[in-house]
Amino acid sequence: MSAQEPILQMTKIHKRFPGVKALCDVDLRLYPGEVHALMGENGAGKSTLIKVLTGVYSIDEGKVEMEGISISINSPLESQAAGISTVYQEVNLCPNLTVAENIFIGREPRRFGRILWKEMNRRAAEILSERLNVQIDVTEPLRMYSVAVQQLVAIARALDISAKVLILDEPTSSLDQNEVQQLFRIMRKLKQDGLAILFVTHFLDQMYEISDRVTILRNGEFVGEYMAKDLSRLDLVLKMIGKELSLLEDLPSLAEDYKDSFGEVMVKAENLSRKGAIEPFDLSIRKGEVVGLAGLLGSGRTEAARLFFGADKPDSGKLIFPGGSEGVHTPREAIKRRIAFCSENRKTEGIIGDLTVRENIILALQAKQGVFRTLSRKQQDEVAVEYIRMLNINPPNPDHLIKNLSGGNQQKVLLARWLLTAPQLFILDEPTRGIDIGAKAEIQKLVLSLSRQGMSFLFISSELEEVLRVSDRIVVLRDHCKVKEISDKDMNQQNIMQAIAGG
Amino acid sequence: MGKIYKHHLFWPLSVLAALLLFNLFYSPDFFSITMHDGHLYGSLIDILNFGAPLILVAIGMTLVVATKGIDLSVGSIVAISGAIACLTISKGADQNVMGLILTSVLIAVGLSLFLGAWNGLLVSVGGIQPIIATLILMVAGRGIAQLVTGGQIITVTSAKYAYLGSGSLATLPFSIFVVAAVLVIALLLTRKTALGLFIESVGCNPSASLMSGIRANGVILSVYVFCGLCAGIAGLLLSSNVSSADGNNAGLWYELDAILAVVIGGTSLNGGRFYLTGTVIGALIIQTLTTTIYMIGVPPEITLVVKAFVVLAVCLIQSDSFWAVFASRWKTRHYPGEKEGIHHVS
Repeated sequence: MSAQEPILQMTKIHKRFPGVKALCDVDLRLYPGEVHALMGENGAGKSTLIKVLTGVYSIDEGKVEMEGISISINSPLESQAAGISTVYQEVNLCPNLTVAENIFIGREPRRFGRILWKEMNRRAAEILSERLNVQIDVTEPLRMYSVAVQQLVAIARALDISAKVLILDEPTSSLDQNEVQQLFRIMRKLKQDGLAILFVTHFLDQMYEISDRVTILRNGEFVGEYMAKDLSRLDLVLKMIGKELSLLEDLPSLAEDYKDSFGEVMVKAENLSRKGAIEPFDLSIRKGEVVGLAGLLGSGRTEAARLFFGADKPDSGKLIFPGGSEGVHTPREAIKRRIAFCSENRKTEGIIGDLTVRENIILALQAKQGVFRTLSRKQQDEVAVEYIRMLNINPPNPDHLIKNLSGGNQQKVLLARWLLTAPQLFILDEPTRGIDIGAKAEIQKLVLSLSRQGMSFLFISSELEEVLRVSDRIVVLRDHCKVKEISDKDMNQQNIMQAIAGG
Repeated sequence: MGKIYKHHLFWPLSVLAALLLFNLFYSPDFFSITMHDGHLYGSLIDILNFGAPLILVAIGMTLVVATKGIDLSVGSIVAISGAIACLTISKGADQNVMGLILTSVLIAVGLSLFLGAWNGLLVSVGGIQPIIATLILMVAGRGIAQLVTGGQIITVTSAKYAYLGSGSLATLPFSIFVVAAVLVIALLLTRKTALGLFIESVGCNPSASLMSGIRANGVILSVYVFCGLCAGIAGLLLSSNVSSADGNNAGLWYELDAILAVVIGGTSLNGGRFYLTGTVIGALIIQTLTTTIYMIGVPPEITLVVKAFVVLAVCLIQSDSFWAVFASRWKTRHYPGEKEGIHHVS
């Protein structure tokens, strides 16, 4: 291995933002034919490092060498020209253009300036089917497809741009197991072709499954570069978070203790359905209960949850509340019934990017109170500071713009927004997606302690372990149908996997 | 230091100061204010008086822009409002009866509210893009105004109506008080209630706002109604000032000046944060510029070109990308990351 020279070498990289040292003395070496994992907690500097590499940010100090030649990357275009292609965590393609257009945008096959549409569509379909094993109609607009497929299209685009270095920024966070395996097959193939792949992930399993080498960052600093096979899981985690992991160890028992003491039914769904989203299902949630929704991506988990919040309109069935009252037609009505909903789409349905942390926190409560019962600035500051402290939001400044926070901290702000409305039922859709282990454990603990105080939860996660850890009862969905409810002693990975797989 | 020039009012105020300073040297009369018959006269007073309609329209426009919208129909609403008021008055036997004046003002204001609601409904419930939705009334509105005036210029001889746009109160033009009142109401509504937060929230991320329980459609509707109201009052001031209504030319191109004032004032067309005081200063800059150009005797055929250059300069100095071009020339290191949030510090 040591005989081989790195294709890309970054040395002593520094990057400062006003008031923040985003990167300090960071090294990164990517070797051809290797998958290199980049790991670290939220705010560790992973995203910043990638943005430096892709020319979104320029570096303050340090050296970037490509094949031994020093280069400077000042724009995404220069980065691409140097042979670096990137697939970002949040898919950033054009939803209203076709799949083929998205793959070839800016590089359309032409003759005499005229775009060869047939040629383009044919080549797009070819790339998708041959390299990714995806058979879709490439002439449909991208928005017609699930996030998972959109992600694959983004990867197809990056693959098609001639690349020596492929950066995958949390590519698996919105893929289900099969799709992850499919992606890994592609990654192995590309590895054999001599491509250097930088793989950013939060999943330890995935890291060990696919990576040869791993670089760990913590608080913008370089912790070290290791061979994946020589690094134990415990060491990896300890290096990432720099503290003991007792947090995660004591979690499973918490849910167990608490079986008998659920109160009355908070909400009951009867025959609820929405065409193309979820087949009719019944589900009741009791006071203080955590109901987990498990199933593959696209099995109807999110779709079912959205009906509880009035975010989508059901085609049949109804929600029944204590006292016999019925129905929730809009998020506003849901909030009045003390239901809260943390969407899986943090950026588009969660944060208000240009507003401050304080304004983001008070938003739902203020909306509930109406225009004229305004929270005074003093009250706003008080609750903001209180929740920032309670949820450990970083940086602890209520006047920071939320868009400048890391994903995990944005998620905490959104949790604060909803907790402030004192919900009785809290729907959490992928609350820990794309956030680090530390924050994940904090959120799981929060769910457990709030449920013990009587708050009910509908908890959705792609991570089975997580669903198992926090739920009192697990509802399994398959192909838009509710297939099974699992509780008590039957709650284990095998049972759930069987239910998900069917048969 | 360093913080001052990041304040959102820094550039608008500097430009206004620069314009005034320029006048100090080139037209010394500019700052002279004289008293005749209990009225104050002078260029500064004129700027406030003639600028009043533009300031009003720009205030309404600011809130619309903050919701990521735009209202192209304000110029037409100005014309319609003035036309309907003058028509009502001209039909009266005695044009100086207070009841008649009040009725005509109420009809004009009511009609403006209706037109604003029309825009608001097209945008919120109809889901039509704001630029298209308001374009409809921009074009049709001119027609409506001409229909009202019968294609003629309606003149009125009502001293009481003329007071609105050219009378004075406590030695100052009455229109200044109208503007001040609207500004204060707008500031109170947006900053002392949660309306401002909701407007910014909806402008920044409509679907997230909806999920947080904000009635996004209600917010959007209300800003267009308010914008229509502002344009309607501006139309009254304008027609009252000249005691006539011209369906063709009243409020012509007002929408563009108003949008310009909003942008100069620091509110982004991308929606979100808005600055009412910034807008007022922006409108004053435009009005001062117009007055200055006349005062220093620029030939009328090139006044628009001169104006265009000044506006271009104002917009460029507020552009981060523009400064970044210089910064990268002058410094070896620059911080594109700092672009984010530069307006909102302090």
